[in-house]
Amino acid sequence: MRSDIPISKQKINGRDLAVSVLIILIGWQLVVWVTEVPRYILPGPLAVAEALVKYADLLAMHAWVTAIEVVGGLILGTLLGITTAMYLTMSATATRYMMPILVISQTVPVFALAPILTLWFGYGLGSKIAMTILIIYFPVASSFLDGLRATPKGFLDLAQSMRATRFNTLIHVRLPAALPSLSSGIRLATVYAPIGAIIGEWVGASQGLGYLMLLANGRVKIDLMFAALVTLCIFTLLLRAITNALCNRLDHWAGQSH
Amino acid sequence: MLVNNRQSTLVGLSITGSFQRDTSLLFSDIAFELKQGCWTCLLGPSGVGKSTLLRLLAGLSTGGQFNGRIQTNPEFITADQNDIQMTNDVADVISYMAQTDLLFPWLDVRQNIMLGHRLRHEKNSTLYYKQTVDRLIDQVGLGAHEHKRPHQLSGGMRQRVALARTLMEDQPIVLLDEPFSALDARTRDDMQSLAFDVLKDKTVLLVTHDPAEAIRLAHHLFVMTHDGIHNHQTPENLPPRQVEDPKTLAAQAELLRVLKS
Repeated sequence: MRSDIPISKQKINGRDLAVSVLIILIGWQLVVWVTEVPRYILPGPLAVAEALVKYADLLAMHAWVTAIEVVGGLILGTLLGITTAMYLTMSATATRYMMPILVISQTVPVFALAPILTLWFGYGLGSKIAMTILIIYFPVASSFLDGLRATPKGFLDLAQSMRATRFNTLIHVRLPAALPSLSSGIRLATVYAPIGAIIGEWVGASQGLGYLMLLANGRVKIDLMFAALVTLCIFTLLLRAITNALCNRLDHWAGQSH
Repeated sequence: MLVNNRQSTLVGLSITGSFQRDTSLLFSDIAFELKQGCWTCLLGPSGVGKSTLLRLLAGLSTGGQFNGRIQTNPEFITADQNDIQMTNDVADVISYMAQTDLLFPWLDVRQNIMLGHRLRHEKNSTLYYKQTVDRLIDQVGLGAHEHKRPHQLSGGMRQRVALARTLMEDQPIVLLDEPFSALDARTRDDMQSLAFDVLKDKTVLLVTHDPAEAIRLAHHLFVMTHDGIHNHQTPENLPPRQVEDPKTLAAQAELLRVLKS
């Protein structure tokens, strides 16, 4: 682990990860063996692995649905956040009237809106994507906006002395200079996005890993519930690796990582 | 032998007036002019308003109120309102180089040099344009580095890119805001010679706090203090002057004496 890189940008070393996961699994299995806790309270990792194989098709089907919700929400929420930040940078009037609303909107517990979203967008993908957008919109918009407003003064002076219009200054100076801020917003959003989708599924769904977990819970198939949880973790890790790679490319292009 | 009055009949740019920020007067009743085709140095301690004056000329925000007029040859522009609006037309014939190189980290050397055209969405595919960029890259000695990013360059090389970018704007008046002050002594010396060479057809205003630099490069020299701006005699020979020349050294000593008094 490099101490000069923030936690959110740390690269995961595959070998280190394998070792720590193995230790946790062994400890977990030992607890199950020693305490003889019933299988419907805490299944051991071997039982979970068994369930992962046994229900592989079912898990893959539901994981696919959750993946679409998460990735769809992530892309749409990011685009919405980018648009908002750029619009607010261009218009002082919009900033004046939208900023208070944006800030106050953050006091609304987003989870509390999940039932309303289900009412409006139904039991399908729509309500989960909407939930995911709601959760990631503010982190993306606010960090990108901060970046757009923090352009080095000298860059702006230079652009002005070269007679650049406000719009060209936004596109060619403010925006590229703010890309590293955008990428940290997206990194944060990647962590939040699955939460949105799962909450959405808990409130009302007929598909997805969150739905499967509730279903398995209701039928006391705790091994399946854990298998769904493990699948979700693997998916989130994969998503993090992909967005990290994309964000690193973005940072590199912006000249921020050498 | 009045070498310092080379083309003195032609005024490149003149400024008269006073400048106020908040309630305090930063400078008042200043008046000086740039002779066309010459290097004019404005020397003074930090905080005296040199950079503000330069920003005023470049049409950049100064956070204050300027009352006076700025005039360029041949146009004549007068106004007493907001300083930004007033100097806009003057700013059209000016290019500006700051103390820091201000290279965009996401652009390579070549793209940084062509920044002005990118920012104005000007056509930049013509052969003439390409040749101009090539010539400038050669002139500042960056032929082998044109596709490098700024972080791969040394401080001196970065300032060379900034110089080429300033030249690419191809404006008759060039304002230099202590562009060599952050460089080490040897690099600074090289950069001064290079800048003097490539800017020889331009009307240049160099703001500096370094008396050696001022004596070395100035056709005309003004010393700015809290009391105002005063003309200071430069040595008879033409710049760029040899640093180790006794006359240059004597002039430096004289200038230091004036600055201390």
